[in-house]
Amino acid sequence: MESFLNRYRNITVLLLTILAQLVLLSLQVKNDQDVRFIRLWTVTAVSPLAKLVDALRGGSIGFVRDYIRLHDADAENRRLQQEVDRQKLEIVFLKNQLDTADRAKALQLFQARIPSKTLPSSVIMTGLGTNSMVFVDQGSSSGVMRGMGVLTPDGILGKVTAAYLASSQVLLVTDPEFAAGVVSGKNHARGTLKGYDGHLCKVDYVAFEDKVEPGDWFYTSGDDRMFPSGFPVGIVRSVQPGQPFKEIMLEPSGLARGLEDVLIVLDAVHQEIPDTPPGSQPVYVAPPPPTTGDAEVAIPAAQGAAPGTEADRLKAAYKAAGDAQGHTFGEDAPHSKPPDFTRLPAAGTGPAAKPPPPATKDTAPEQKRPGGGQ
Amino acid sequence: MNYSGERILLSSQRESRASRFRFWVMLVIPIAALLFQIYVPLFFPFLSFLDLPLLVVIYLALMRRNPVSGLLMGAAVGLAQDSLSKNPLGMYGIVNTLVGYFAASIGMKLDVDNLTMRLLLVYFFYILHQCLYWIMERALLRHLPPFDWQHWLVLGVLNALVGAALFHFLDKLRITA
Repeated sequence: MESFLNRYRNITVLLLTILAQLVLLSLQVKNDQDVRFIRLWTVTAVSPLAKLVDALRGGSIGFVRDYIRLHDADAENRRLQQEVDRQKLEIVFLKNQLDTADRAKALQLFQARIPSKTLPSSVIMTGLGTNSMVFVDQGSSSGVMRGMGVLTPDGILGKVTAAYLASSQVLLVTDPEFAAGVVSGKNHARGTLKGYDGHLCKVDYVAFEDKVEPGDWFYTSGDDRMFPSGFPVGIVRSVQPGQPFKEIMLEPSGLARGLEDVLIVLDAVHQEIPDTPPGSQPVYVAPPPPTTGDAEVAIPAAQGAAPGTEADRLKAAYKAAGDAQGHTFGEDAPHSKPPDFTRLPAAGTGPAAKPPPPATKDTAPEQKRPGGGQ
Repeated sequence: MNYSGERILLSSQRESRASRFRFWVMLVIPIAALLFQIYVPLFFPFLSFLDLPLLVVIYLALMRRNPVSGLLMGAAVGLAQDSLSKNPLGMYGIVNTLVGYFAASIGMKLDVDNLTMRLLLVYFFYILHQCLYWIMERALLRHLPPFDWQHWLVLGVLNALVGAALFHFLDKLRITA
């Protein structure tokens, strides 16, 4: 230490002298805010140290406090986790209650709206090894009998295949063994509904001439003596031409909202087959745009044309050709000259031309699920 | 070889031997310089450019070649100047302390009997003094003095000339071996 001081004696004395004079100066001089430099410098020098000491104190106290709290954190965490789990279960329970209440209300409204006598029931279990059979909680003690139809507000669901004392077995519409009479709402094409693959159904025995398009709705026809007529069955998804019957695939509407609450038809009362899809509302159809030229002449000429299938229109065209050439089909003598079928009437003025519909208020076909607007 | 005209660096400890002054000289000369500084400009304002206390500090520090003695002398003269002025105590004190320390430090390396060296040293330390004072005014007093370096260069030349003459006079007061 002594050697150090001897070595840096000059610079030490210099610094001490400067420091002493700075202190002397700071005792006299004030800054802009009328604070003496000695106070300013002292505070500036001490503040960081004070902050450091305070940070160390706060940190150490906080560390000790957090450490102590950790003893209870684990138990509190477990307790809160259990509370969260309990709240989640309660939320699920309440949601289920709410859904059940909504379904019960909808079912009650539907039951009151239809003329048939029905019995509300709930699906309690499904059949083993199959997804096309369920059990409901109403049985023979409630008047349920084998062969009764089962439906929901969205459409038919199946039929009772066995009635026990307190439950019944229901075969769903998607089962291949299921069959019911159906009719299309648009053109009244009749057929038989059969289950297909567990998700879709097919409509058999629809004649080749019957006009069925994708999007058309089918309804129960009542021919099966099981379902009353007029209940929605499903919507057509695809139509393939075939001989002698069309191949129609249909998506059943009764399964759209799952299997929970159903109605068993105790006493069937037939209803009218609706022309419009279920749930549709009348809409205003604007008149067509004005036409010019030949089209205006062609429209009245076509007014009297017989609407119908393609075969009807073709038959009318040949009959018109025969009339034009003085030939009466079925009455002329054998070996007489047949009409010249190469001179058929022009397409624009022939019977195939259809007039545009007049401006009316009508029900436009809407492809909506049954009950979609309820 | 002309000793005072051609050699400016000392080459041996013998050549750097410090000059010695009597005690009363060390006391009277600074006081006289202070008195000159406060009275003469009253009657001859054009002489206010002279900074005799600074020149005395430079001379004593250079000749005694002792940094501690030089900085103490500078501090004493500076504080006396502050006491006689409106400045806060310490402004001239700090500046003169630094000048005295550096002058004594340089005096150990250079031949301070050389006239040219004396002129250059006085000129250099005068400029250094002005710069340090300007910095301290801005830093400590929050004043905004002009940085009039051209004025300082001219006054530095005048003080160097006066200092060289003064140093020649003060050399007579040294104790000869």
